[in-house]
Amino acid sequence: MNILSILLFILFVAFVLGISFYFAGRAKSASGYYAAGSRIHWGVNGIAFAGDYLSAASFLGICGMIATAGYDGFLYSIGYLAGWIVALFIVAEPLKRLGKYTFTDALDANYNHRGIKLMAAISTLLVSICYLIPQMVGAGVLVTPLLGLPHAVGVIIVGIIVITIVATAGMTSTTYVQFIKGALLLVFSLVLVSVVLIRGLSTKPDQGGRVPFQEYQTLPAVEAGGGITLEDPSWRIAAVREVKGLRFVKLIRDGGESWWKAEADAETGGLRLLETQFSARLADGTQTINGAPASKENELATVGNMEAIAGKTGDEASTGSLNPFKFLSLVGDSKSRIKLWKNASFDDNGGRVTVYYPVLATGNRILRPGQRFKVEGTATDKIDFLSLMLALFLGTAALPHILIRYYTVPSQAAARKSTIVAIAAIGFFYILTLFMGLGAMTNGVVNLLDDNMSAPLLARSFGTFLFSMISAIAFATVLGTVSGLIIAASGAVAHDLLDRYGKVIKSDKQKVAAGKIVAFVVGALAIVLGILFKGINVTFLVGLAFAVAASANLPSIVMMLFWKRTTARGITASIFVGVTSSIGLILFSPTMYELYGKDPLGAPFPLKNPGIVSIPLSFLTLVLVSLLTRAQAKAGPVTAD
Amino acid sequence: MLHEPAAKTGPDPAFMYKRRLGARMFIIYALIYAGFVVINLVSPGAMEKIVFGGLNLAVVYGFGLIIFALILALIYSQACGRREKLLSKAEPQGGRS
Repeated sequence: MNILSILLFILFVAFVLGISFYFAGRAKSASGYYAAGSRIHWGVNGIAFAGDYLSAASFLGICGMIATAGYDGFLYSIGYLAGWIVALFIVAEPLKRLGKYTFTDALDANYNHRGIKLMAAISTLLVSICYLIPQMVGAGVLVTPLLGLPHAVGVIIVGIIVITIVATAGMTSTTYVQFIKGALLLVFSLVLVSVVLIRGLSTKPDQGGRVPFQEYQTLPAVEAGGGITLEDPSWRIAAVREVKGLRFVKLIRDGGESWWKAEADAETGGLRLLETQFSARLADGTQTINGAPASKENELATVGNMEAIAGKTGDEASTGSLNPFKFLSLVGDSKSRIKLWKNASFDDNGGRVTVYYPVLATGNRILRPGQRFKVEGTATDKIDFLSLMLALFLGTAALPHILIRYYTVPSQAAARKSTIVAIAAIGFFYILTLFMGLGAMTNGVVNLLDDNMSAPLLARSFGTFLFSMISAIAFATVLGTVSGLIIAASGAVAHDLLDRYGKVIKSDKQKVAAGKIVAFVVGALAIVLGILFKGINVTFLVGLAFAVAASANLPSIVMMLFWKRTTARGITASIFVGVTSSIGLILFSPTMYELYGKDPLGAPFPLKNPGIVSIPLSFLTLVLVSLLTRAQAKAGPVTAD
Repeated sequence: MLHEPAAKTGPDPAFMYKRRLGARMFIIYALIYAGFVVINLVSPGAMEKIVFGGLNLAVVYGFGLIIFALILALIYSQACGRREKLLSKAEPQGGRS
């Protein structure tokens, strides 16, 4: 924790709250509260789109995933950006023409059907909550290093600030918070990438002299008579553990314990032991790091460096300043070797040990898909990859909190222009993510316990000011996106459910009041979920939210616009099937089984990403139900189920 | 409560033109995006190949998809804007092309 970080944080929060109270007067009507009175300039809306869309998943999660898995993290950048093409070419103008405050309005404009109102509102709520979880997790991740507060406190602070933003001035304050955040994010990401390129690459990154480069030892060993012996007699082998085909050896010297990874030495044909980092929960409950009690002074060291740069090692490998193309070509060179870190857990002496061990990968393997997504794996792996890319492509145009931004501009042309500004801003940012992620990977700043911190820690390697700015912006990133999500959820409940479905709202004033109450409830729920889901990669969670949105909402939007036989019941059934199938398949996926503490291979649904099943299923349902109910729909508009 | 668009918009004579153009451009982009996914699935090793300036196909195709999205978006916006202007002069009373 440092004074500058705290000052910037307080300044930013004060500014954001000041904006909210300043605009509070504009949020007294429903139009002002839910759609900012449709008076936002398209340029402001375009950057606000970027501020809304570039969430914690984009900034923290993608950079973290690139830092630990290389190009695979960048696939999210490509998919997220491609989704805006669907938004611009298919959705933007019709949605603006048909809708009022919510995505449900546009969907229901030609039908006035209670089933659509109910299902679309439920879908909006569920997608928003799925999307909220990673944002709140990201908030907790940020506040810990920034302010020295526990994860839960960070989540609670974000929750309270966001509820205040939304409850005071609704969409108007949300828009300007997102605009400022979007602009700051672009500018400071560019600054961060610039200093990464100016620093260049080296095999012993010392964070500009701030943190000495940590060398990890290798010990020669011999395997004989079914056991391992060490050439250096000062070491004693205390235990050997095998986990999923890997061998870990516990060594003792001078009374100190350490874990090493045993592997074949290709050069000598013998065996070698690689030094690792390790954390342990001992039988008596004590937490240790690298053999000593865990404390603020004794944490796992940050990692990540190149062992060779285009074949060069040692001091001669240092490059000095690089242009962006040279940086990428050197990292991706087949003669470059990059040290990545994996982990394995096992029981030891009644306690539990997690060992973090280095793995070398060549540059050409880092800068292509394959580290995380097994594109060369089994048919299931390939289908899983296809499923993810499909959901990313189709998910953006189905995210309720993005779609409602189209109601804040005055015309269809403004909706179109603001989407183009968004594509330019978001595309530029996503290109920067590759440099930030690879910068973290090669500068020794990757936190072994939480890769979400890679971008802020990369900034810290350039000094306190940049770290404080990047952290404050990352915090703003969470505020902007969470505000948008809460207002989308607020509109779904107050406008779609209470007013248009339940008809219990009698005045404009009541609708605004209901929206504010819902903002409190959803904000509180977000706080609880953000605490419960601590430690999960936020990009992965957002990928799932995209799958739910693409399955639940996109088939209805597309078919409503392009297939004349679409009926109200077809849309209702499609949303229902999209929501239930995508969420159901996620709950029975290998990822969730791992979270449940079960064997992922035993999961009934073999894919981690459900989109490839749930999206076509939702389309098919719409077509079948529409054809079956066509005669009924021709007889007259259906107003109630 | 009344249900109508938040901001009143007049008739849009270029509506059909924009819809057709948007659908065509979407298909073009979707095919190029699909090409990226298919190469990764069928021949992932091809992504390692250096295309130019020391950059491999994965980087060039990935950046290309992002930049191409912006180029298509600008073309679409120009075309829509021009058609809207043309039709609003030709049909001041509204109607659809």
